[in-house]
Amino acid sequence: MTPPDPIALSRRTLVAGAAAMTSAGGAAAAPAAATGTTPSALTLRVNGEDRHLDLDPRTTLLDALREQLHLTGSKKGCDHGQCGACTVMVNGTRIYSCLTLAVMHDGDAVTTIEGLGSPEAMHPMQEAFVRHDGYQCGYCTPGQICASVAMLEEIKAGIPSHVTEDLNAAPALTADEIRERMSGNICRCGAYSNILDAITDVAGRPA
Amino acid sequence: MRPFTYERVRTPSEAAAAAQRPGARFIAGGTNLLDLMKLQIEAPTHLVDVNHLGLDRIEETGEGGLRIGALVRNTDLAADARVRRDYAVLSRALLAGASGQLRNKATTAGNLLQRTRCPYFYDTAQPCNKRQPGSGCAAIGGITRQLAVIGSSDACIATHPSDMAVAMRALDAIVETIDGEGGERRIPIAEFHRLPGDTPHLDTTLRSGEFITAVTLPAPVGGRHFYRKVRDRASYAFALVSVAAIVQPDGSGRVALGGVAHRPWRVEAAEGELPRGARAAMVAILDGARPTHENAFKLRLAERTLAGVLDEARS
Repeated sequence: MTPPDPIALSRRTLVAGAAAMTSAGGAAAAPAAATGTTPSALTLRVNGEDRHLDLDPRTTLLDALREQLHLTGSKKGCDHGQCGACTVMVNGTRIYSCLTLAVMHDGDAVTTIEGLGSPEAMHPMQEAFVRHDGYQCGYCTPGQICASVAMLEEIKAGIPSHVTEDLNAAPALTADEIRERMSGNICRCGAYSNILDAITDVAGRPA
Repeated sequence: MRPFTYERVRTPSEAAAAAQRPGARFIAGGTNLLDLMKLQIEAPTHLVDVNHLGLDRIEETGEGGLRIGALVRNTDLAADARVRRDYAVLSRALLAGASGQLRNKATTAGNLLQRTRCPYFYDTAQPCNKRQPGSGCAAIGGITRQLAVIGSSDACIATHPSDMAVAMRALDAIVETIDGEGGERRIPIAEFHRLPGDTPHLDTTLRSGEFITAVTLPAPVGGRHFYRKVRDRASYAFALVSVAAIVQPDGSGRVALGGVAHRPWRVEAAEGELPRGARAAMVAILDGARPTHENAFKLRLAERTLAGVLDEARS
């Protein structure tokens, strides 16, 4: 078989074609609606703006943000919840957007890196990453920044971590605490020490 | 992912009823299920979203314990003031697991229902009796460093990956369920996770469509609480061996192990050995172990980890 022309056959038409074949093949056994391609209508409040979407229920929140809403700041690194590049905030809490379905978030408020700041008006954490050179290639950076902003809120809320010595006291803002709490974001360039400096700067304590 | 239909339910009985549809699965945090669906290791045809059932509270029971709603997120459970004060082993176990982002999403019931992280379960090019019953076990004779040393069978040597469940085993938690007909069950955690035997595709004793509504902890037992986890990196990794322990001032106590078996491993009859030290206790706890040459180190590691815990308990 001749391989398909990668330009003529975009990924999206390929997905649509595959879904159509599946639904045709499974129609006899499955209930009428069970094609998996019946779009689900939902509203996400993304960076303060309501966005109405009709999505295949298989669409992850990450793919909805990137492919439908063209917010490509959130990155698809591993797509399996192992790298942290897709980290966004949902209702103020940091999660991996690759390991959740968009339809599960109908009505939720999503903040992506684009909602935190812009090149003209950066979030203090973005400024700190620039100031401290908290990256090399930059691919993990949006996830690092979203994760670190939400992480500082978790410390403020008194949520303990693996390295918190006294479970019944307020967690301290130490380098160990920040490192442990940021372990869900991998940086393969190894900019960790500068990332730690940037976060420490925003947190308002010397490293 | 294979195609599926999606439904949000509003009550636990609605959830249990919806699950009777062939090919249906519950989804809560989704952090494990969606990962497996992307790999087509799991391929439900219908997803029942149970996130909106209101089972996200931690309440005190009439017996002085806690009733933890099935949908309480791992972060919230670990941070609950009563859990931190009276069930520190549970807070510690939760905080030793996964990453902040995952703990924010993962639920109490979902954590109990995690599938194994055996690499052969994940590799769809390999036979695996857990993934595809009757296909064989590529792990046996394969790379076994991470895998079970006790309670395994000729069909499966996978381990259960949860940290939370190990602490709950030490705390004698009870899993509360409801079925499609409205029948309720209270399953002691000791009877909740199975050994693989010749049916390793069954991780738990839950029946088809049975829905977990809560996990109950008995009244606090006091003592000093420990969860010591040994892993290949300092954070965000599964256990090679973990020890959940509650040690009383007189040296008696409870011990459950993670990373060694198909379920959290606790041998109540061996706990009488604890005052005699880690070696005596671990010989009894791990009696009948069948390690491979690659994972026999886990036996000594478990003993030394317990020794560290007992030292700290005396300090």
